[in-house]
Amino acid sequence: MGWQEIVSRALVRDIRAVSRLISIVEDRRSGFEDAYAAIYPHTGKAHVIGITGPPGSGKSTLVDKIAAEYRRRGKTVGIVAVDPTSPFTGGALLGDRLRMQRHSLDDGVFIRSMGTRGHLGGVARATSGVVDVLDAAGYDYVLIETVGVGQSEVEVASLADTVALVQVPGLGDDIQVIKAGVMEIGDVFVVNKKDRPGVERVVAEIRMALDLAGNVSGRSRAYSGHHGPTGATTGTVDATEVAPWRPPILQTMAESGEGVAEVCDTCDAHMHRLSEDGALVERRFRRARSETMQIASDLIWRGLADDRRALDAAEELAWKVARREMDPYAAGWSLRELIVN
Amino acid sequence: MDEGKKIRVLVAKPGLDGHDRGAKVVARALRDAGMEVIYTGLRQTPEQIVAAAIQEDVDVVAMSILSGAHNYLFPRVMQLLHERGVDDVLVVGGGIIPDEDIPGLKECGIAEVFTPGASTADTVKFIRENIKR
Ligand SMILES: Nc1nc2c(ncn2[C@@H]2O[C@H](COP(=O)(O)OP(=O)(O)OP(=O)(O)O)[C@@H](O)[C@H]2O)c(=O)[nH]1
Ligand SMILES: [Mg+2]
Repeated sequence: MGWQEIVSRALVRDIRAVSRLISIVEDRRSGFEDAYAAIYPHTGKAHVIGITGPPGSGKSTLVDKIAAEYRRRGKTVGIVAVDPTSPFTGGALLGDRLRMQRHSLDDGVFIRSMGTRGHLGGVARATSGVVDVLDAAGYDYVLIETVGVGQSEVEVASLADTVALVQVPGLGDDIQVIKAGVMEIGDVFVVNKKDRPGVERVVAEIRMALDLAGNVSGRSRAYSGHHGPTGATTGTVDATEVAPWRPPILQTMAESGEGVAEVCDTCDAHMHRLSEDGALVERRFRRARSETMQIASDLIWRGLADDRRALDAAEELAWKVARREMDPYAAGWSLRELIVN
Repeated sequence: MDEGKKIRVLVAKPGLDGHDRGAKVVARALRDAGMEVIYTGLRQTPEQIVAAAIQEDVDVVAMSILSGAHNYLFPRVMQLLHERGVDDVLVVGGGIIPDEDIPGLKECGIAEVFTPGASTADTVKFIRENIKR
């Protein structure tokens, strides 16, 4: 199959074609940019939900149950589950799928595992492209499970319409939620493992952190006052008419499925709100901008790596910096001059 | 990190036997050899294995069977792959499999069978040298 045929089949959700197209995008195989250009006009319809949180907090179990609930409601679901790639061997053990096996015979659920392949930020560099493939293939929801995050892996916020931040009781540090620095990206807070002691405390801590942050999810706050590129996108809706979205705090027991329907309801309500107050356009503009900048920077880097002249110059400049004949900024500017011209 | 295409492997444990120590050892060895290993756990039906192999677009399916049902399960997986038109995936098997059963399994398309004596290094080497794409 050539890429044209793969694309046309993927657009009507032929499973093998979807799967192959994902590989093409993930590996940047030949024809990848053409294939991407062909699917891109068909994207933007899915509700993209990011599920993030510490290792072992129950993300995969939740994703499994959220998918089951949306299926019950007659919706289709694409899932991208990201696990870390070893920086030493380049290998990866992708184990999230293990908890989602009940869906394997359901054509309405497509599950794809990805290694981070050296990318930091909690997702892979190609995750955005894989989400686009699933979106173009017509899945109603695309769920992204990030790697188990620690401090700063918040990139999912620039991919997803809605971010569900999972927390659990008993992680020891009582202000882990606040310290993690990921509070700001949560649109929905899910306190999982409510069967465990300490749930109320985690809920109270999240509530307190939200109060400190001014009641509104950080991303929504950052958007207020901005307008889309045309300036008209939010023109008909006065932002002050719609009360700000305060991220709800939900409790779940992912293993039994308790509370999962509410998580789905809340994600839907969040999407509804985003569409209502114009923030969806803002979010998607931000995603487009960050993706475009990232690709431009990748291209510049790759161009640099292929450019013998620039590499030689870089080598020479680096020696000068090492010998203290030049400072690194001056060297950086010289190299930039050489590349740009 | 390495720029070449990553080898993706589905490690599956079909059948009803209740432990997956061997499968996990293989999964880790393949990961340590730089492959992306999708581990799907215990008690997978051939239908589930084939569906997962297709969605994950793997190069290799590695199955381990201890229950003695290999003469049914391996050929069934091959048949389902064939029915779905998947002919570019390398399928290998492992577990407790009597020598006299091996030729029959190879006949139906299992590329190699690794019995408990084999080292994980053999499996890694075989996969590297025999992947079909
Ligand atoms: N007690 C309890 N255990 C749960 C609950 N939900 C999930 N678990 C268990 O928590 C463990 C981790 O679950 P996963 O879903 O794999 O967690 P994860 O966040 O995806 O883990 P990583 O992907 O490795 O970061 C498993 O043993 C689950 O069975 C729950 O509500 N209560
Ligand atoms: Mg997981």
